[in-house]
Amino acid sequence: MLIKKPTDIHPSEITDKGIYLQRRRIIKVAVGLPLAALGSGLLNEVLAVKSPGEKLPNVKKGPFSTEEKPNAYSDITTYNNFYEFGTDKKSPAKKAGQMKTDPWTVTVEGECAKPGKFPLEDILKPHPLEERVYRFRCVEAWSMVVPWVGFPLADLIKRFEPTSKAKYVQFQTLFDPEQMPGQRRAVLEWPYVEGLRMDEAMNPLTLMVVGLYGEVLPNQNGAPLRLIVPWKYGFKSIKSIVSIKFTENQPISSWMKAGPSEYGFYSNVNPEVDHPRWSQKKERRLGDSFFAKKRKTRMFNGYAEQVAHLYKGMDLKKYF
Amino acid sequence: MPDRNWIMQWIIKPLVFVVCLIPLIWLIYDGFADKLSPNPIEDITHRTGDWTLRFLLITLALTPLRYISGRTEFIKLRRMVGLYTFFYVCLHFTTYLWLDQGFDLDEIIVDVVKRPYVTVGFTGFILLIPLAMTSTNAMMKRLGRNWKKLHQLVYVIGAFGVLHYLWLVKADVREPIIYAVILLILLGYREWIRRRTSNI
Repeated sequence: MLIKKPTDIHPSEITDKGIYLQRRRIIKVAVGLPLAALGSGLLNEVLAVKSPGEKLPNVKKGPFSTEEKPNAYSDITTYNNFYEFGTDKKSPAKKAGQMKTDPWTVTVEGECAKPGKFPLEDILKPHPLEERVYRFRCVEAWSMVVPWVGFPLADLIKRFEPTSKAKYVQFQTLFDPEQMPGQRRAVLEWPYVEGLRMDEAMNPLTLMVVGLYGEVLPNQNGAPLRLIVPWKYGFKSIKSIVSIKFTENQPISSWMKAGPSEYGFYSNVNPEVDHPRWSQKKERRLGDSFFAKKRKTRMFNGYAEQVAHLYKGMDLKKYF
Repeated sequence: MPDRNWIMQWIIKPLVFVVCLIPLIWLIYDGFADKLSPNPIEDITHRTGDWTLRFLLITLALTPLRYISGRTEFIKLRRMVGLYTFFYVCLHFTTYLWLDQGFDLDEIIVDVVKRPYVTVGFTGFILLIPLAMTSTNAMMKRLGRNWKKLHQLVYVIGAFGVLHYLWLVKADVREPIIYAVILLILLGYREWIRRRTSNI
């Protein structure tokens, strides 16, 4: 049986859409200019409003990108675990569109010298954007290759000057059952909480993501601001972040609460340590041909060179 | 005017036969029309598994329906629907064996031994084989009273099927719980009938 898959959309086809949206932006600017001329300063606002799918300006190629072929845009945006919008993989693409990502406020708190509530624009402003093509490995034993756009989390963290007590960083997703229908049921403890050890957060691989395929991140992928930690299972890469907190004690994530024996704080991709209910030795790469065998999962998802030193001397069976 | 038996034999049974194939046709259609998710093997696994459970519960519902409606026709459909349960579980198992695991026997053995949800699912599948094999009239006659005993295994298989689903979901247990409740109602009804008749 031959099943044709929609995965072979070439990046060139997607850029077409970018150009189309760029045109739309030109129209916006064209509309904005006369308004600015009226002295209302509206132009800036018009330019600041970026909707999902809109082309991101000045994105340069970043380090650590894989040469592997990225998954199609449609794979990445229609197959999502984002329980805030329902527990099946199609729901986020259907329901996340209504979420308002502008205005968006991020609260920075805890053990740092410069806490505060910041509009998203202020969070993003100083950081040049770069594209990084990373492998993405879900705990459910499937994987993708994704061209993210973002900037190193380390650069963001430094701005808030964490104190010597800041041993961990805790993140929280937006809690708003009105906009996130999945939160009306206690499938997980809301809001979604994740965390990293400080050295993990400062690792150059760790990314704050705002875009995908050179465009503004679609809501179902965690707009407007999400984390990407490519050597950990996907659920660590928390979406739609509204809070960053520096803590002395190890945060307890939503999944740790849901299943302490199944989901640990570290959750590093590790073919040697099985999830109690399924094997982690192999993974299905989405987009591979229908009859292709699963691929062997690599230690730290293939990023051992960059991160293995973080866990030197640790028993990874115990600290799973 | 055709009699009831004729209608059963030539209208209802063929109709049910075709209707039971719809989930498979639907799946094949979605496959060719590019309507499966970016992880089609997962879709096929889940959908054949869902339909196995649904057909199992429909099979178990036919006896209560007979009692409630007083119509014996329901019993005449039981074998066919039961065999469809076996048909869909075979598709489900083949998908796992071939498309998911690529016949990697080492991995499959580890799965069956180590992972409780696979263990119960696999056991349920194995237990269904003798039921399917003894579904013919000739086997019914040969086994006599033992046939009924043997086929009471289906209650255990039902429980294994529901557990298989319940133990594999990560957090959202709604659907497996619905299946569990239906199974409990169907088995509870039998128990209720049994007690009532033995009290007389």
